[in-house]
Amino acid sequence: MSLIDFGRGAEANHGVYFRGLTARGVAAYLLGIVLTGFYVLLFWFPQTLEGLIRVLDPLSQTLRGRASDQWFLYGFFYTTAVLVMGARFIYKRSHNRYQVIRTVSVMFFQLGFAFLLPAILLRLNQPEFYFSYFWPLKREYLFPDTIQSLASSGGLGIFMVVWGVAMIAVVTPVLTYFFGKRWYCSWVCGCGGLAETAGDPFRHLSDKSLKAWRIERVLIYSILLVIIALTILLWVNSKSGGEWLGSFSGSYAKWYGFFIGSIFSGVIGTGFYPIFGGRVWCRFGCPMAAILGIQQKFFSRFRITTNGGQCISCGNCSVYCEMGIDVRAYAQRGEAIKRASCVGCGLCAEVCPRGVLKLENKPIKIK
Amino acid sequence: MISKGNYSDTFVNVSKRNIVIIGNGISGITAARHIRKLSDDAITVISSESPYFFSRTALMYVFMGHMKFEHTQPYENWFWEKNRINLITDHILAVRTSDHTLEMQSGAVLEFDVLIIASGSLPNQLKCEGENLKGVQSLYSRQDLELLEKNTAAGVVQAVIAGGGLIGIELAEMLASRKIAVQFLVREKNFWGNVLPAAESSLVSAHMRSHGIELRESSEVAEFVGDDHGRLVAVRTKDGEVIPCQLAGITAGVRPNVDFLKHTEIELGRGVKVDPFFESSVEGIYAIGDCAELREPPLGRRTIEPVWYAGRLMGEQLAQNLCGNPSVYDPGPWFNSAKFFDLEYQVYGEIAAAPSSSAESLYWEHSGRKKCLRIQYDRSTSVLQGIHAIGMRLQHEVIAQWLKQGRSVHFVVDHLVEINFDGEFSIRHEQEIQRSCMEQLSVNANQS
Repeated sequence: MSLIDFGRGAEANHGVYFRGLTARGVAAYLLGIVLTGFYVLLFWFPQTLEGLIRVLDPLSQTLRGRASDQWFLYGFFYTTAVLVMGARFIYKRSHNRYQVIRTVSVMFFQLGFAFLLPAILLRLNQPEFYFSYFWPLKREYLFPDTIQSLASSGGLGIFMVVWGVAMIAVVTPVLTYFFGKRWYCSWVCGCGGLAETAGDPFRHLSDKSLKAWRIERVLIYSILLVIIALTILLWVNSKSGGEWLGSFSGSYAKWYGFFIGSIFSGVIGTGFYPIFGGRVWCRFGCPMAAILGIQQKFFSRFRITTNGGQCISCGNCSVYCEMGIDVRAYAQRGEAIKRASCVGCGLCAEVCPRGVLKLENKPIKIK
Repeated sequence: MISKGNYSDTFVNVSKRNIVIIGNGISGITAARHIRKLSDDAITVISSESPYFFSRTALMYVFMGHMKFEHTQPYENWFWEKNRINLITDHILAVRTSDHTLEMQSGAVLEFDVLIIASGSLPNQLKCEGENLKGVQSLYSRQDLELLEKNTAAGVVQAVIAGGGLIGIELAEMLASRKIAVQFLVREKNFWGNVLPAAESSLVSAHMRSHGIELRESSEVAEFVGDDHGRLVAVRTKDGEVIPCQLAGITAGVRPNVDFLKHTEIELGRGVKVDPFFESSVEGIYAIGDCAELREPPLGRRTIEPVWYAGRLMGEQLAQNLCGNPSVYDPGPWFNSAKFFDLEYQVYGEIAAAPSSSAESLYWEHSGRKKCLRIQYDRSTSVLQGIHAIGMRLQHEVIAQWLKQGRSVHFVVDHLVEINFDGEFSIRHEQEIQRSCMEQLSVNANQS
């Protein structure tokens, strides 16, 4: 079983394409069905998970001071997956300190910021707030309803509003300028965290074709436009007291939540890990990744540099790029890689057998 | 010889030449791509190995399950038609220089205006008894990889590898990944001893052994022993020892694949003899890559260099030459790289395998024996001659520049930080290396 039996260092990728589970065999499709099935039950038939939910009551009571529910169950599974598979990843890549530190970071943010802290806030009768998610990924954090209810809930609520606005408006552009989008996508974000840990055995399954890249650009920027339009509409509607647009913006928001929030990022994004790799949502859908990508491409020091003429075009970098970037196409020409989608996971540099690739954010020297 | 004043006139004004390239490896394909960028010529590439260009260096990763064969192909299949590069799968039987035609296995005859020979290498043989037994093979081509799959499918428990170069250690890693026990016979008394100094060789050997490879130095195959079905059952060494095995890999280096040119006017040495513009003794016929033998190699370079990037550089340069921007081949200072299981190796410039009277070197080795660095310099002038490292990544451009500028060893030691190419958060050793180098420098100074 490839999730348990794995090598380290130079042996980390041994047999990846020989095992059904990691090479789109029967086992992969079975796991895909189980995962998507779980999402379907969780989102639309939570009563079927009642037994599991009740098992977590003691933990939920301890952390949150209330009974468990479907979302607590989900958070528990999610966090467990990040921690267990994160430990597996660290074991495999323990010789590479960038990989170890980065993985500890995503495990920390998932456990602390996305699981424990919101639970404790609930226990203290404060709004359940995720400090590691921002608009537009966590779209409701800039929606009028959320802001109004947070702002009216007291001092901490106001801090949360300010936090949400400051993170996307100030902190994100600054950090992305210095470090690229990786500071968020492969160090902090929970979706990225799951992809980097639970999704690691499947990272090579991303589609590297030019066609996939074209689809990626159309989809991800369309979704970004939709969420921006949605947010504006909700505010217009709210300011006009609901008279101007009636219930239109509300149902628009519901449809977005259903198709993008549930089906795309949940069922397809995670359920299809064993078929399309761990970053389907991040690559084709995430509006946060879209914004960070534009900043990374045009206003960032981050890039992956190549080492002179050492590239042997072997293709390991491209195969193990979870974002489907054909890294080799740049490396074999000796060009630096500066792509909007790169989440800076660093696996290309890690699997390169000739020491060709390096993630860098040093100021670019003008030669 | 260097000047070819009328060179560009010869071709540039001729519209739409018929350029035929033998071999779709890195050299031939690079030439084809760059000619396409620079001209409107008809381009045909012939290969009997594989319909599409693939990276030979990645075959080992296919065998170890890191990737599929299709991943070794750097360009998607639509690329060739879109760029009007005509690919033919066929094998050349004869090159007729008199009427500029190629005779192919399929019976077809192909005409050319310009012929580029980029036929690559063939693995060397040991020339000993039993080399044709089933289960004895080399590792170079796509077909060799397929044969290796076939030879290991039957369940190989013990393998012997003969010949201690880079392909040998790659094959050892490949077989180890399939849990096959490997006895690695090396003729020299140190692994890769014609390239690596003894200390580095010992470090690599220890690492190889830690991965379960049974490395046997000063050991040579005398005979491959077969059974009644013509299948390998054992290897007998020159010491008379018999090693039972089901697979034997011969990895004794490569030689230019030029046998098919033997009865032509094209002058051959070990490879196709070419001038600094890659033209052979026959006008309009060129050779690049592994199969080319430079009559006048650039300073510090060899006449035949079967390495990936040399093929690429030659392909680029020949395309420029053929399309009106001729210049002499200048690959810059020698460099190369390899990976021995977990250990990456990079070399820039010259590092002598054995101590020499004119060169001196500084050597640092990490206590964990997974990292080392050597700086070689001229004993009398202190000018840098080369740097290599194991377990550390070095910056190509910076060292190449230092070599060209003739920097002194003292400068190099002072500026060591600038050549590091290790990933972020890697443990750095510059201070320790510098301290060690300074001590060695003062010892060396006192001796001379």
